[in-house]
Amino acid sequence: MKAWEVVIGIETHAQLSTQAKIFSGSATAFGAAPNVQANAVDIALPGVLPVLNKGAVECAIKFGLAVGAKIAPRSVFARKNYFYPDLPKGYQISQYELPVVLGGQLAISLGETERTVNLTRAHLEEDAGKSLHECPGANFHGRTGIDLNRAGTPLLEIVTEPDMRSSAEAVAYARALHALVRWIGICDGNMQEGSFRCDANVSVRPVGQAEFGTRREIKNLNSFRFMQQAIDYEVQWQIATLEDGGSIEQATVLFDPQSGETRAMRSKEDAHDYRYFPDPDLLPLLIDRQWVDETAARMPELPAARRDRLAAEYGLSAYDARLLTASLELATYYEAAVAAAGKSGAKACANWVMVDLTARLNKEDREIGQSPVSAEQLGGMIARIADGTISTNIARKVFDALWNREGDSADEIITSHGLQQITDSSELEALIEEVLATNATMVAEFRTGKEKAFNALVGQAMKATRGKANPQQVNALLRKKLG
Amino acid sequence: MIEHSLQALGTALAAREVSSVELTRLYLDRVAQHNPQLNAFITVDEAASLAQARAADARLARGEGGPLTGIPIAHKDIFCAKGWLTTCGSKMLSNFVSPYDAAVIARFTAAGAVLLGKTNMDEFAMGSSNETSFYGPVKNPWDAARVPGGSSGGSAAAVAARLAPAATGTDTGGSIRQPAALCNLTGMKPTYGVVSRFGMIAFASSLDQAGPLARSAADCALLLNAMAGFDERDSTSLERAPEDYCRELAADAGPLPLAGLKIGLPAEFFGSGSSPEVMQLVEAAVAEYRKLGAQTVAISLPSMQLSVAAYYVIAPAEASSNLARFDGVRYGYRAPQYDDLNDMYGKSRAQGFGAEVKRRILIGTYVLSHGYYDAYYLQAQRIRRLIANDFAKAFEQCDVILGPTSPSTAFRLGEKAADPVQMYLSDIYTIAVNLAGLPAISIPCGFVDGLPAGLQLIGNYFAESGLLNVAHRYQLASEWHLQQPAGLV
Amino acid sequence: MSLTIDQVHRVAHLARIEISDSEADRTLGQLNEIFALIEEMQAVDTQGVEPMAHAQDVAQRLRADRVTESGQTDQRTAFQSVAPETEAGLYLVPRVIE
Repeated sequence: MKAWEVVIGIETHAQLSTQAKIFSGSATAFGAAPNVQANAVDIALPGVLPVLNKGAVECAIKFGLAVGAKIAPRSVFARKNYFYPDLPKGYQISQYELPVVLGGQLAISLGETERTVNLTRAHLEEDAGKSLHECPGANFHGRTGIDLNRAGTPLLEIVTEPDMRSSAEAVAYARALHALVRWIGICDGNMQEGSFRCDANVSVRPVGQAEFGTRREIKNLNSFRFMQQAIDYEVQWQIATLEDGGSIEQATVLFDPQSGETRAMRSKEDAHDYRYFPDPDLLPLLIDRQWVDETAARMPELPAARRDRLAAEYGLSAYDARLLTASLELATYYEAAVAAAGKSGAKACANWVMVDLTARLNKEDREIGQSPVSAEQLGGMIARIADGTISTNIARKVFDALWNREGDSADEIITSHGLQQITDSSELEALIEEVLATNATMVAEFRTGKEKAFNALVGQAMKATRGKANPQQVNALLRKKLG
Repeated sequence: MIEHSLQALGTALAAREVSSVELTRLYLDRVAQHNPQLNAFITVDEAASLAQARAADARLARGEGGPLTGIPIAHKDIFCAKGWLTTCGSKMLSNFVSPYDAAVIARFTAAGAVLLGKTNMDEFAMGSSNETSFYGPVKNPWDAARVPGGSSGGSAAAVAARLAPAATGTDTGGSIRQPAALCNLTGMKPTYGVVSRFGMIAFASSLDQAGPLARSAADCALLLNAMAGFDERDSTSLERAPEDYCRELAADAGPLPLAGLKIGLPAEFFGSGSSPEVMQLVEAAVAEYRKLGAQTVAISLPSMQLSVAAYYVIAPAEASSNLARFDGVRYGYRAPQYDDLNDMYGKSRAQGFGAEVKRRILIGTYVLSHGYYDAYYLQAQRIRRLIANDFAKAFEQCDVILGPTSPSTAFRLGEKAADPVQMYLSDIYTIAVNLAGLPAISIPCGFVDGLPAGLQLIGNYFAESGLLNVAHRYQLASEWHLQQPAGLV
Repeated sequence: MSLTIDQVHRVAHLARIEISDSEADRTLGQLNEIFALIEEMQAVDTQGVEPMAHAQDVAQRLRADRVTESGQTDQRTAFQSVAPETEAGLYLVPRVIE
C-alpha cells in the first residue's frame, strides 16, 4: 500500500466587526427580524449604488499588519457574477486581481512544535443573505425563504497557501487565525453565528509526488471539531477512492455532522464562470503610508510580541507565555492579575490562571471575559499567599468564595470566613499538645518506628486548625515535641 | 405660454402671472391630447402632479421659489421616483412602483419643479430609436412615421411637441444628444460624475450620465443647475464646488462673442460617414461660428473609429451584470409558471426582457466569460484609453470639438429595427464622448427635407459652462432651435 | 471568429435567459454580425496601454462606519409591497437544494 501525503489549504471568511455594512448604512447586528436590516442598497433595488465603508478597510489594514503582509497601496473591487436567490444583485462585490492584503504568515503550534503557514492573500468582500427552508410559525409551502439582513455584511476572506499536511495542522491554523482576528478586534469570532467560517481545500498525493492531487473544497466549516472530522473523513475517502482505482473530481462538498461524512453539493454542479470584472460603481481603493502608520499606532501589541515580552518580563516558560497569549483577553487578565499580586507573584499568577481559573471556566463553559473572579481579585489573593496570610490550600477556598461572590476581595473573604493562617507558635503549640494527648495510640505507633503515624498526626493537627495552620510549622513543632 | 423659455416661465410664475397649477394643467391637457399619437409618456399621474403644483404655488406665494419652482418637468422613466411606476421601458419593471427617489428627482423636487410624468424610452436605455420599449415606439413630432431617436426618445418627443417645457434624459452612448438632434432640441451630456447616478437605473455604469433635454442652451443651463452636484451615495460622483451654469450666458459679449475660441474640426467627423445634406448644415454652422469670432483648427481623433466596437463590448459587459438583479425574486416581473429556481430565472428573464436587451446581455456575458475576457473586455478598455488620449491631445489644440451629432436625420420607424449593427452605427459620433467621460451638447443646426439635424459640441472635462455658452451664442445668432413641428395645437 | 450554437446556449444559461432552439439560431446570426463589428478592435496594437475602467482617474471615497438606517419594519413593508411572493418577512423562491 502506498503512503499518502495530505495537502490542505484554508479559506476563511471572517465577518468584520463594523457597525454598518460594507457598502451601505444598514446595521450588521445579528438576530434582527428578517429583512429589517436590509435597506435599498442591500436588497439591490434598481438604481442603488455602493459606497465603501472605511471601517471595513481599516480591519483589512490591521489584519495585514498583524500577519506581516503587504498592504496594497491600490486595490480594486470586482464583481463576481452568479445567480443565487440570496445574492440580490446577481453579483457579489469582491476583490479579484488586486486584493487589499498580499502574502503574510501565521505561526501555528501543535503541542510543543511551532511552524508557520504562508498566506496568499486577504481580500474584502460582501456577504450574501441567508436561505431558510423552514421557519417556526410560517409555512413556506415547500419553498425557500430569503432573508437579506446579512447581505452586505463585510467579510475578509483570508486564503492560505496549500501549506498544511494534516487535519491537526489545519485546525491549529484555524485556531491561531481565530485567536488573531479576535486579538486585533476585527472579528468577534462567533462561529455559531457564522462570524468565522472556514472552507478547506483538501487533496492527497502519493508521498514524493511533486504535483498536487485534485482537490475538493469542504464548504462552511463552522467549528474546529467539525473541521477535524470533515477533513479526516474527506482524506480517508479520497485515499480509499484512489486505492480502489478511482479518481477524484474537483468538487464542492458539504460536511454533514450527523453522519460525519462529506457529500458533493447539488446546487453548485453547474460549471462556474464568474465573469469577474472591475466594478464600475466603485473606484480603486487607495491606501497611503500615513493611513497604514496611523492604524498601526492604534493596534494592540501582537500575540507573538506579547508572548516574548511576558516570557522575558515575568520569567515564564515559552510554553506558559504562549498559553497566556491565546487571546488578548487572557493576556490582559494575566497582566492585570500580576499588577495586583506584585511582580514576585507572576509565576503563581500564571499557574492560577492556566490551571485553576481555566479549569473552572471550562467546567462552566465560560469565556475569560465572563469570569466571576476578576484579575484584581485573583491577584490580591495571590498576594496573600505570598505574604503567608493564607496557604495554597486555603487559597482554593478563597477562590471558591470569590467565584461565588461571597465577598469583594480576598482580604474581605479571609476576614469574614476566618481563614487567616495561624502563625502564632504558642497558640499552635497548645493545639499540638492537645492532638498528642488525644491520639496516644498514634504517638505510640510513631515511637515504634511507623513513619506513617507521623503523617496521620500532621493530618490531625491540620484538621484541628481547620487548615489554617502553616503545614511546615506544624511539621516542625510535631518533630520537636515527639523528640 | 408653450413657447416660453424656462427663464420666462420662472419669471411669470414668480410674478404670479400664471400659477403652477395652471401651467401644470396646461401641459397635462396637452399630454392628454397628443400623447395617444406620440406615445411619449409611459406614466402620467395628474393628481400627483397637481399636488406638487399646489405645493409649488404655496412656496411661490411665500416668496421662497427658485428659478424652477412650479415648472413642470418630464422625467425619463429610468429615474426612480417614489410612489411612481418606474419601468425603464421594460416589461421586467412594468409593475415596479419605486419606494425611493433618485438623486435627480429629489433635486428637482427640492427646487420646487413639478414632476409632469415619466417618459418613454428604449428598454433599459438600450437603443437609438425608442423602438425597443415594452410600451411601444415613440413617434417623432416632426414626422410621425419616423423615430425620435433614443434612448431618451420619449423625453425628446415630449419637449419637441411642447408636451413639457423641458425634460431629463440619460446618455450612455448618445441617448440625450441623438434624440435632441432628431427632434430639434438642445441636449447635454455632462462630464461623467457631475450628476449623481443614484436612483438612475443602470445600463452601463461607467458610461451613464444624466442630463437635460430642452429647447435651448439657456434652458439646459438652468436645468443643469438643478441636476448637478455632489452626492455621497454615488461613489463616482465628483466632489466639486457648486457651479452656476448660467453664469457665462448673460454677459453682453459684443459682436464677436466667441473671439479667441478655438474650435477643433476632427477629420474623422468630416469624412464620408454622414449624409452630405447633414454635413452641409454642419459646415454652415462652422461658418456661423467663424462669424462669431471663433477660429477653427483641423484636428484628428484617430482612435474614434474604434469607439463603436469598444462600446459594444464595454456597455453590454456592464449591462449583463447590472441587469442580473432583475431575477423575479424581490421585485419586478416573475414568470407565472416555472418548474424550479433556474426555470423561474430563465423564464422570468426571457419573458421580462425584450430582444435587444437580451441580445446585449448575451454579448456582455460572452465577452466577460472565461477565455474571452482579455481579447474583448481588456482590449476594449485599452482602446477606451486610446480614445480618451486622443481627446486629451486634441484639447491641447482647441477649446471645443465640433461635428455632427448623428450621421443622418430621423430614420423611419422599423427602418433599422431588424439590423442591430446599422442601428449601432447611428451612434458613431456620440459614443466616443461617453468612453472618454467628456461633456457634450447637441444643438439644432438646420433641416433636411423638413427634418432637423444636430450639431455636436464636445468640451474638455468640466467645461459645461463654456460649452453652454458656445451653444448659446450660436442660438442668439440663429433661429433653428426656435422652429417647431407643425400641427401642435 | 464566429460563435457556435453551443456557445449561444451556454451564454444564455449563464445569463439565466431561457432560449429556444429557433431563437438561438436567430441570435447566433445577429451576434456574429455584431462580433464582426467588434473584431475591428483586434487589429489594434494596444501593448503597454493601461486599461481604462472608469471615466475619471479618481480614488474611491469612503463612508464613515456609521449606521444610517436600521431595524425598519415599515421600510420592509414598503419594499416587499412590490415583491412577487413573500411570507413572514421573507422573500419566497422555489426550494433551493444545496
